[in-house]
Amino acid sequence: MRINYPGTIRIIRLPCTGKVDVIHILRAFEKGADGVYVVGCLEGECRFSNGNLRAKKRIEQAQQILDAIGIGGERAQMYNLSSADGPRFAEYAVEMTEKIKKLGPNPLKKAKEKMAA
Amino acid sequence: MESIEGEPGDFKVTLTSYPRYIDPIKCTGCGECAKRCPVTAINMYNLGLDDRKATYIEYPQAVPLAFAIDIDTCIGCGLCEMMCLAKAINYEDNEKKSTICVGAVILSPGSEGFDPSGMDVLGYGKFANVVTSEEFERILSASGPYRGHLMRTLDREAPKKIAWIQCVGSRDVNLCGNGYCSSVCCMYAVKEAMIAKEHSHDDLDCAIFNMDIRSFGKDYEKYYNRAKDEHGVRFIKSRVHTINEDSTTGDLVIRYTDESGQTNEETFSMVVLSVGLQIPESVTALARRLDIELNNYNFAVTDPFAPVNSSRPGIFVSGVFQGPKDIPGSVTEASAAACAAGTKLAEARGTDTKTIEIPAEIDVLETETRIGVFVCNCGINIAGVVDVPAVADYAATLPYVVFVDQNLFTCSQDTQDKMKEVIKENNLNRVVVASCTPRTHEPLFQETLQACGLNKYLFEMANIRDQDSWVHANDPEAATEKAKDLVRMAVARAGLLKPLKEKKISINRRALVIGGGVAGMNAALGLADQGFDVVIVEKEAQLGGLSRDLTVTIEGADIQRYLLELVDRVTGHEKIQVLTESLIVGFSGFKGNFTTEIMVGPGMYERKIDHGVVILATGANEYKPEEYLYGQDYRVVTQIELGKRLEVKGADDISKVVMIQCVGSRNEKNQNCSRVCCQSAVKNALHIKEFNPDAEIYILYRDMRMYGLLEDYYTEARQQGIIFSRFSQDNPPNVEATDEGIAVTFKDHILQRDISITADLLALSAGMVAEDTEELASILKLPRNEEGYFIEAHVKLRPVDLANEGVFLCGTAHSPKLISEAISQALAAASRATIFLSQSEITLSAVTARVDPDLCAACLVCVRACPYEVPRINEEGVSEIDVALCHGCGICAAECPAKAIELDWYEDDQVMSKVEALLEGVL
Repeated sequence: MRINYPGTIRIIRLPCTGKVDVIHILRAFEKGADGVYVVGCLEGECRFSNGNLRAKKRIEQAQQILDAIGIGGERAQMYNLSSADGPRFAEYAVEMTEKIKKLGPNPLKKAKEKMAA
Repeated sequence: MESIEGEPGDFKVTLTSYPRYIDPIKCTGCGECAKRCPVTAINMYNLGLDDRKATYIEYPQAVPLAFAIDIDTCIGCGLCEMMCLAKAINYEDNEKKSTICVGAVILSPGSEGFDPSGMDVLGYGKFANVVTSEEFERILSASGPYRGHLMRTLDREAPKKIAWIQCVGSRDVNLCGNGYCSSVCCMYAVKEAMIAKEHSHDDLDCAIFNMDIRSFGKDYEKYYNRAKDEHGVRFIKSRVHTINEDSTTGDLVIRYTDESGQTNEETFSMVVLSVGLQIPESVTALARRLDIELNNYNFAVTDPFAPVNSSRPGIFVSGVFQGPKDIPGSVTEASAAACAAGTKLAEARGTDTKTIEIPAEIDVLETETRIGVFVCNCGINIAGVVDVPAVADYAATLPYVVFVDQNLFTCSQDTQDKMKEVIKENNLNRVVVASCTPRTHEPLFQETLQACGLNKYLFEMANIRDQDSWVHANDPEAATEKAKDLVRMAVARAGLLKPLKEKKISINRRALVIGGGVAGMNAALGLADQGFDVVIVEKEAQLGGLSRDLTVTIEGADIQRYLLELVDRVTGHEKIQVLTESLIVGFSGFKGNFTTEIMVGPGMYERKIDHGVVILATGANEYKPEEYLYGQDYRVVTQIELGKRLEVKGADDISKVVMIQCVGSRNEKNQNCSRVCCQSAVKNALHIKEFNPDAEIYILYRDMRMYGLLEDYYTEARQQGIIFSRFSQDNPPNVEATDEGIAVTFKDHILQRDISITADLLALSAGMVAEDTEELASILKLPRNEEGYFIEAHVKLRPVDLANEGVFLCGTAHSPKLISEAISQALAAASRATIFLSQSEITLSAVTARVDPDLCAACLVCVRACPYEVPRINEEGVSEIDVALCHGCGICAAECPAKAIELDWYEDDQVMSKVEALLEGVL
């Protein structure tokens, strides 16, 4: 379908969102990512039965930690769609990009700049 | 297909291939030709709702994914030929004839949606906002003309009220001649209404105008109830008179008659005509050429007991060509046809197989890491946006990269040959291809690695086309930067990849069939006739199951005679062993290698059977009613009892019969429809009329679900004067025993008043109840639904497989169904099992989870998290994952609090290497 979406995202492939670990998400923020989102099958339609529901819980957990440490839980998101839903994939990319732009860069970047100054 | 000559086992098939004008082998699917094509043509895939070019791919999932030229609209300008870097365009292409030799033929030519243009009163073609259900399906589709946005065709406004009109081109002898029910329209209308509500931003009002709602499939009734009760979809029992347009708004006024005979009008923003399925003229012509007998509606004629055999031996049928049916039914029947064809071809199995020689693997773990990066231009698909030379130069600077090249088409045969040489010459031991997508091309490149003696898991792909050049075409600079990032990430992961061993396991080529009814016996024969050993375990003393109580099918086929022949064939088959009065008490193992412990009666001695697959055919029974005086008065019987009585005593002594439908079905205790009871009632009613034409018969129903070709019998019953009266669930008939007979009082929906009939006999259409398999399910660890039917792996895609590999399902153990449907499903289960049994060993995916015993604390988190119950605590007191059972999802690896579990090929450091490579230097 070749629908344009913002060039802000880089995809990391996993067999199932059930494989996404809280540590993967936190590490990305530690290394300076401004946002992380996980895209899985629609709820109830997981290829591996319930991996996406487990991922959802882990994202929520990661959000709590991110809130607690001041990075902000909103920077981590979970989306669900079917593999035939290209337009929605693009919509989510736009939505996430806009959200992150509003939130600004990862606070760790500012902290680092301050320290350098 | 022009013709089929010869005999079963030795057919000569003549084919005509129409010209495509673009060579599908050379075409890379890049789409440059379509982009340059100056011609606009109507896109019939979206049913004329949008446009396409004269060079086109019919739809995004087409196989092969190659372009073709629509020669009727092509102006021959030559632009595509000039643009095509793969040199795939050939204007001189022409029709080709070819012949192939085969042993059997399966016909699944499908159907078309009924064209309602001729039905003036519905306004299709006259009013823009009247669309067919097929068009509405495209409107709802994300890849459709409006990209999934719900809009009217007239003004692209969001509709506020949508009406569906059912049975357009079905159940209608007067206007279109299609007397049958198309079986699928009720469910797709409910689905479309539900999705439309989901897509709508406002509170969309959906109304379905119908005669009956036929949600007779497995769990369909629950979906219908959800639509009605939770989502507020309105179901209006009615006949539609006319549809008129309000010319100022484009809204549509539906004039209809409701059940009480009153005429009403209601206005909608959009009307969807639920068009039926019919056999296209081209298919009837094909059937005529091939000498296949068709019925009066042009469906292939089949026997109830041989549902996939056409009238011509060696030619099998499946799908809607066999009769109207939904996707699960079609998929099941396709497997059944494959089994029927395979049985005849068993001897030839494997004789045409070619094996690929793979050289011995080079040990890479002890040598230094040497990564080769191949960046693809994909014609101009990537190179037109991304600066490929810059990406290649950049790749050369990355750690461990010793070789970089760029190719016009990395996937082309000559590039693949060159790649093999380069890998060997440069002693590459990890390979990164930056190109299209692993979805289509990963296996191809992995084969190239294998041909060079490299393990196929030493390969990594950077997706710089589908995830980059195609979606950032408007920003080449950003796309080039992204390509560099993706290559850097891929190289980082490639450096950490290890060779993985795909385990091979041997297959025990014997099958265990649980249940010796019609389904179990047919599944057993389907396998035994192909030369596989089968053991049938039956808990009763005799084979046959529920069918021992049945007399004739609605078509008049003698079930007892069939059963006798079937039992004879099974017991006389040298490959089949039957264990009666037997009980399964233990079960272990995995796909290809199961062991089952059985107590064999009457002596109850224990036997252990090793086998490679299991087929579940445990069946179902008729519900024993607690309603309507059943068991209290001898004049109240079930339909099966009535069937037997008619067989023995006829019906000369009965002059008045009442039948009540949905007894034990579609209620709070059992939400589902039992599928078979409507036809049982009609069958017995017609049978009574045959014996005693003067008998008065009343069938009290909620919806008459005479799906598919059964509708003809419903029509016949009404013509014979059998009276059908609808009752609502909250006002069921009242039944009282009197000396004169059974007094049944019910409210007639047309007269809108109570009517009382004193009947000689009250027949209850008792539903079906799954056989009690609670213990069996727990021994075999198999999932069942609330009603006790086993749950298939996927309703549509894998209707006879269980999620547990090597276990298959058929007959009424799956859900209520007719004998012919049970036979189809049994053959389908046998066919799916054959995929296992026909191999002496199977190769397992190497992407499986592995526990480090030193780190495992036996906390049981993985045991609980695994959707397939694979991890178990072994003798050493730590978790162990059997690779033969692991599905490779990685859920356990993510859940493990001690990080003792790794998923091979997605090890944590491999995943994290991508994160770290991406964010290198950001902080």
